[in-house]
Amino acid sequence: MNLTLHVWRQKNPQAKGQMVTYPAREISPNMSFLEMLDIVNEELVLKGEEPIAFDHDCREGICGMCSLVINGIAHGHERGTTVCQLHMRHFKDGQEITIEPWRAKPFPVLRDLIVDRSALDRIMMAGGFISVNAGGAPDANALPVPKEHAELAMDAAACIGCGACVASCKNASAMLFMSAKICQFAHLPQGQPERMDRVRKMVAAMDAEGFGNCTNQYECEAVCPKEISVRFIAEMNRDYWRAWL
Amino acid sequence: MGGFFQFAKSSIGSKVLMALSGAVLLLWITGHMLGNLQIYAGQDALNSYAEKLRSVAVFLYVVRVVMLVIVLTHIVTSVMLWVENRRARSSRYAYNNTVQATVGSRTMIWSGLLVFVFVIYHLAHLTWGQIHPEFAHLVQKLPGGGERPDVYSMVVLGYQNGLISGSYIIAMLCLWFHLSHGFSSLFQTLGLTSVKYRPLIERAGPVFATIVVAANISIPLTVLLGLVKPAVGGLP
Ligand code: SF4
Ligand code: FES
Repeated sequence: MNLTLHVWRQKNPQAKGQMVTYPAREISPNMSFLEMLDIVNEELVLKGEEPIAFDHDCREGICGMCSLVINGIAHGHERGTTVCQLHMRHFKDGQEITIEPWRAKPFPVLRDLIVDRSALDRIMMAGGFISVNAGGAPDANALPVPKEHAELAMDAAACIGCGACVASCKNASAMLFMSAKICQFAHLPQGQPERMDRVRKMVAAMDAEGFGNCTNQYECEAVCPKEISVRFIAEMNRDYWRAWL
Repeated sequence: MGGFFQFAKSSIGSKVLMALSGAVLLLWITGHMLGNLQIYAGQDALNSYAEKLRSVAVFLYVVRVVMLVIVLTHIVTSVMLWVENRRARSSRYAYNNTVQATVGSRTMIWSGLLVFVFVIYHLAHLTWGQIHPEFAHLVQKLPGGGERPDVYSMVVLGYQNGLISGSYIIAMLCLWFHLSHGFSSLFQTLGLTSVKYRPLIERAGPVFATIVVAANISIPLTVLLGLVKPAVGGLP
């Protein structure tokens, strides 16, 4: 396949940045999107140009590092897929593809397509944990958890913290991420003692980072590679106002 | 009180306030629509309904003040959230795309502001009687002597004017977009939804909006079509 790429290039956080067009030649439909970029980069290096910088790590859809907005959709148009798991067979030969970084004020561009997502880590530090007293591991049956609760907690815990929800949200809101991180505990007995405290602290941290506010458009849910449901946002909202009563 | 301000300032807190004030406005709109529909029962029915509303004067002022607070809450929270949201997306995408957000959900601030502007005009027209004085302050002479405001004629004569009806219909279309998202959205914001009810709630917004808007628009339309006629006896 031959493609035309329009890629965001930006030297450093202070630089202005612009879209630059590159051809991608002789791409196999079996390649992943990132492998396609690898090929383009090899050519750039041979020509003595700076390769395109982009984030990636596991390349198997579990680490949450890869982060590209492809034709205006975070992680590309395939639902429930990270961009490292997006294959070129989902594109047409000769297609023009626009590749941009996550765009949100709390995610400053470090270089080209790489953004700084430590804002999400700071939210986690504000309350995305349970305070466990050290000691021996409890017996498996000591703390019964109904199956549905365990399943729900697991659904929420599937969030890989990629930030696509923020990138796709028209308001650059982090509420899908937030709600996943809050509800993974809210459905388990271990999460109860700090439940109300956690939601207040994490929301305060999220607001302080300058994320936008959810307007219930559900674009996040559409792009989330782990298909986290916006039901968790509703649950977080409910916990939040209850925490103030 | 300090706690309340902290809550109101937070992202979810202001969303909750916006949703709650929106919920009250939804009830108001529903009541208003039901009142409007009395026009089909004729001049006497509508006028005595209006008279009854006005007769509880204290109540009327309490309602006005409460509604003013509610409307201001709704506007202040939504404008503040909107400004924050714009700031959060400081650099724009070169290629914009939308997967599932509805048109209504993406234009809330604009449909809301248009409806607000219309409400001011509407009040100036029918309540304060400033904009179209020729249609305001009409009175109905009662058979037993005495008189009362002739709301029926104010509405019918007003809407015989194409411009007045036109602006009303356009405002109602804006209201449709606003309600279709707002109604469903409020359940999500307050957390009063679940996986089971989500499809229902998402459909309820457009359905509710359609009912309200269709009922309201039917009035200028039937007036323009001559189905609802000016009261016999004409202008006083
Ligand atoms: S909720 Fe989904 S899109 Fe958002 S950070 Fe988690 S995995 Fe990524
Ligand atoms: S590189 Fe790890 S999820 Fe894509």
